[in-house]
Amino acid sequence: MGKGSEIKLIGTPPSPYVNRVQIVLNLKSIDYEFVEENLACKSELLLTSNPVYKKVPVLIHANNPPIPESLIIIEYLDEIYSDVHPILPSGPLARADNRFWANYMDTKFFPLFEELRKTPGKEGKKAIMKQIIEGSQLLEEAFVKFSDGKPYFGGDDVGYLDVVLGCFLGWTKFVEKHNEFKIFDEARTPKLLEWTNRIWSHEALKDVIPESETLMNFYMILMKYRP
Amino acid sequence: MEKVKLLGTWPSPIVKRVVWGLKLKGIEYEITYEDHANKSPQLLKYNPVYKKAPVLVHNEIPICDSLVILEYIDETWKDASPFLPQDPLLRANERFWAKYSDEQVLPAVYGYFRKQGKDQEEARETTLAHLKRVEQLLNKNNFLSGERVGFLDLAFGWLADYSRPLEVVSGVKLLDEDSFPKLCAWRNKFLEIPAVHESWPDQETLIARFQKSKQTLFG
Repeated sequence: MGKGSEIKLIGTPPSPYVNRVQIVLNLKSIDYEFVEENLACKSELLLTSNPVYKKVPVLIHANNPPIPESLIIIEYLDEIYSDVHPILPSGPLARADNRFWANYMDTKFFPLFEELRKTPGKEGKKAIMKQIIEGSQLLEEAFVKFSDGKPYFGGDDVGYLDVVLGCFLGWTKFVEKHNEFKIFDEARTPKLLEWTNRIWSHEALKDVIPESETLMNFYMILMKYRP
Repeated sequence: MEKVKLLGTWPSPIVKRVVWGLKLKGIEYEITYEDHANKSPQLLKYNPVYKKAPVLVHNEIPICDSLVILEYIDETWKDASPFLPQDPLLRANERFWAKYSDEQVLPAVYGYFRKQGKDQEEARETTLAHLKRVEQLLNKNNFLSGERVGFLDLAFGWLADYSRPLEVVSGVKLLDEDSFPKLCAWRNKFLEIPAVHESWPDQETLIARFQKSKQTLFG
């Protein structure tokens, strides 16, 4: 696959947004070079590749201008490698639905985790955990609708929302343990709970999502530099 | 027969983005205006997650999120006036800057006009920095999307449409011709496009309504 060796991914292993792109590259069997970034001391490459946000992930394909933002990278990869494991469905309505829920996850659901980390005090944290649980229930309904009885959001195999949500499972497990509450559980989100177990062991994800120890170290760094 | 309805709120610039898109493609639609304070059962049914406009309802099926709606329109009515280019790299670029519009520029500009006195002065530098980035996007082209109006112009259209009314009502200038020659020229060209020019409310109506009640300034 000649195209594959031309792909560089700038990222850090504990970042779920970076993991997202790695999962898609795996699903599409694309070879790539992982350029590990030190977020405490950002490289010239990162700063010039993503001058607006200075964040990972950034994809560099051959000599083309770099592409930041995980969801934008995923759509780009899906368009240029359209013949292998399509990530988004082909119909406009299904694509719109998928994009809507990805935006929900990125703008409403996942920011709650960062808020939880930064909020001091039990009462404050309780209020955010409540919002996370409400969010998980919306996601359960979305899963039931998208999967339509099949194992994944994408149907028979992993699709866009499986990747967009799945990349966070290392962190959801970490947050559940750290805060002693269940985000996905038998009573409230039975289908999603089954899905988390299923996807956790999927080929494309299992070597990408970091171990708890890596996440714990990263968490400690975040607490220190971005309290 | 395609049935296209748009649930909107007045005077949301984000709703107008969808109106412009529909008009550019020559799609017939029906628009109903929602009252923020008294949301219709229709809106709550079609957008249960956010309970907000715009919502496009195509043959009774709802699509929410204005940029998602624009891509949906572009993919469904493929033959007329494409919004996004064909090239995946150019598409990625337009999507990136469209997101930047909504996540950075729009909140900065609205935030700036909302503030007063010292707070406003302090916000000016960051707001201008965002606008400088948009100015740089214009290069030698007439429009943000290139030679013809496209996705990125629709995404930033709120800036063309609302900047003057906001400046007039607040008495504070943000887009001056010396600092932002390309952006000002783009604003004029964008407002002259028939699809934009014919969309309600027009500039004078916006100014009159904003002046009447500064509360509705932010939709």
